[in-house]
Amino acid sequence: MDMMVSSPTPPKSYLVDPPGLRSWLLTRDHKRIGLMFLAVISASLALGATFALLIRTELTFPGPTIVSTGHIYNRLFTLHGTIMIFLFIIPSMPASLGNFVLPLMLGAKDVAFPRLNLASLYLYVGGLIFFLLVLVLGGVDTGWTFYAPYSTSTAAPVVLAVVGVFILGFSSIFTGINFLVTIHTMRPPGMGWFRMPLFLWALYGTAIIQVLATPILAITLLLLAVERTVGIGIFDPALGGDPILFQHFFWFYSHPAVYIMILPAMGIVTEVICVFSRKHIFGYKFIAYSSLAIALIGFLVWGHHMFVSGQSPLVGMIFSALTFAVAIPSAIKVFNWLATMYKGSIGLAPPMCFSLMFIALFGIGGLTGLFLGSLVTNVHVHDTAFVVAHFHYTMAGGALMGFLAGLYYWWPKMTGRMYNLAQGQISAVLIFVGFNFTYFPQFIVGSRGMPRRYFDYTRLLDTHPEFTFYQILSTAGGFLFVGGLVMVAFVLLRSLFVGRKAPANPWGAATLEWQCSSPPPHENPPAPANVGDCYVFDDFCFDESAQGYVKVP
Amino acid sequence: MTESHIPNMQEGNDGGPDAHLAHHFSSPAQQYDAARLGMWIFLMTEILFFGGLFCAYAVYRANNPQIFVDGHRFLDKPLGAANTVLLIFSSLTMALAVRAVQLGRRRWLVGLLAITILCGLAFLGVKAIEYKHKWDHRMVPGQARIAYWFSRGETSEPLKKFQPDEAYVKERLAQAGFEDLDQAEYDQRVKHLGTYMGIYFSLTGLHALHVVAGIVAISWILVGAVRDRFGSNYFTPVDLGGLYWHLVDMIWIYLFPLLYLIH
Repeated sequence: MDMMVSSPTPPKSYLVDPPGLRSWLLTRDHKRIGLMFLAVISASLALGATFALLIRTELTFPGPTIVSTGHIYNRLFTLHGTIMIFLFIIPSMPASLGNFVLPLMLGAKDVAFPRLNLASLYLYVGGLIFFLLVLVLGGVDTGWTFYAPYSTSTAAPVVLAVVGVFILGFSSIFTGINFLVTIHTMRPPGMGWFRMPLFLWALYGTAIIQVLATPILAITLLLLAVERTVGIGIFDPALGGDPILFQHFFWFYSHPAVYIMILPAMGIVTEVICVFSRKHIFGYKFIAYSSLAIALIGFLVWGHHMFVSGQSPLVGMIFSALTFAVAIPSAIKVFNWLATMYKGSIGLAPPMCFSLMFIALFGIGGLTGLFLGSLVTNVHVHDTAFVVAHFHYTMAGGALMGFLAGLYYWWPKMTGRMYNLAQGQISAVLIFVGFNFTYFPQFIVGSRGMPRRYFDYTRLLDTHPEFTFYQILSTAGGFLFVGGLVMVAFVLLRSLFVGRKAPANPWGAATLEWQCSSPPPHENPPAPANVGDCYVFDDFCFDESAQGYVKVP
Repeated sequence: MTESHIPNMQEGNDGGPDAHLAHHFSSPAQQYDAARLGMWIFLMTEILFFGGLFCAYAVYRANNPQIFVDGHRFLDKPLGAANTVLLIFSSLTMALAVRAVQLGRRRWLVGLLAITILCGLAFLGVKAIEYKHKWDHRMVPGQARIAYWFSRGETSEPLKKFQPDEAYVKERLAQAGFEDLDQAEYDQRVKHLGTYMGIYFSLTGLHALHVVAGIVAISWILVGAVRDRFGSNYFTPVDLGGLYWHLVDMIWIYLFPLLYLIH
């Protein structure tokens, strides 16, 4: 594929063709929609991170530090949770990076339903506006879980927040439908299911969950809104409803949802590890099937959030066993990544740094999940900072690191600019150190009895005077962590102004999106007639003149 | 989906480029497959959306079967049956409309779509009569709160409790053979009746919203049919609208026995 080298006038990039703001706002081009998603999602991340820092600052010292009452603190962690989950992590990888990459990886011209794709973006913006309204009105204080009956009785604007999440759910469903249909019907001839890049398998598994789980959240929140406004008596025990039913409904979505968050990250890590180890993926089919296994078993474990809700011990045991079962496909992936790296020629560019961090942090997050999945230890650490630490090791240490790995990986393709690799590596180190300082102390204090959602831990100091030390460590780590994220933004945005032009294939990857120019032209190049193995790197050589990899025949 | 359903879709009929083929598909057949698969997945999400309420129904009915048996006595079986017939008939006309467009019979298509829409509207009319009846007898959970809102605070504080029209409830229960209930027995019987009515209104209300959406979609298709936009080589919207309408019909076929015909 030497078309961009030899063609006399290379086609204009999708960034400027067609020109004008209007063409961006009404675009149906998946690349532009992906890039716009990236922009709004990053803004949401910044907002969520701000609330995270406020939470951490409050917890640094015992007693009220920056907020005066628990009511304000409740709003802080609720906004942090809802914004990070519904506005950032869920759409982060599928809607931004996935949208950009999926058709290119398939050699398709676009996703199957481009208008639906644009609708998905505007629904997201609509949901974001609802959240901003909630913010202006003082925020909600229910926690991101909206548990009834508190959510049906609190004075906070719960209905607005719930409608916002409902709209975001549609955005997520539309993305899922688009990906499923595109992968099913638009693979080029010659690309069978087992010729697909594994990122697409991950997005496929993600889309299954998006499509099957999100409607349950939608009906749950709709009923919650109706319960709150009219009082039909479905969740509110005072009206004859059952609040435990709400918990079942909520977790029937929200547990699979964590796999919406982690599966695409796993897909990104899979791609990055192969490319930066210069080695064929180890155990392709195992990784592909484990994505599906996670998507399916993920639907059967929701009850492990409710071990202390009074559900029967038998049900608890079954959910516990299934929870252990879902760890198996995740472990399969980790072992396959390690086997891929074994005797590979490993390069530590920023995408690889973040992928390695993913393995380390997700490993800790996954293994501490087993403590929480065991019935007895769960009771001990239930509702403590241990859960917070576990969750953040998997979601921030897993999903966020995967997102950053993907962002650094595809940034040259999306923008056509190379960033400074050394600066990218420094940001990785900052984030890794900051992250562990933030969350590891929370495992310690959590296992010793520090409850989550407490803004004042003065009364615990009688028995645990060491808590203050750990909380200070955690807050310092939090600022370092966010500093690292700011540095990522700096490194990437700086590249837009001073970065050198990106070659078509800076990393020597073999998937199709790297075989067209960076940034790609408005019209995606068609898939080659003969789609080869996307994990064979032997025929890519570094070309000094292009400062990137080219395919040698 | 059998191949015989897509008789002329390999190329545009005149051999030229197909006006309905979007730029990112390589053939009309691929486009048609994608659209149908997308619709089926969307229908799956709809089933799960209703699934939450069906699940709530199952849980509450398993826990309190008597409430559901009591509750169904307040629904109007003849009207429910009439609505069932209406929807099943409209599904037939919709299916025939899809057949008509595949055979290129435009006048049949227009007529059948119009009948489908009329059946849908008639369904909503019957539903409105039923709802009005419930409202008049205060068989609507949260009615006090709704009335309070509409009165802009002129009535007294909104009640949280479900308080149906006592005389009406007693009359209905007496018809079912529970005569001369004393106050304690009566309170016991209506205590959780609101849960049944809550599920009834949620399920049928959500379903009615879907009927409205279906009518809007089919009206849009009807406009296209009148303007001769569809033919035997392009009928995807008619096909997808039909799929959606059948789903709406099917959900009602479950709702009718589950809510009206309990023993």
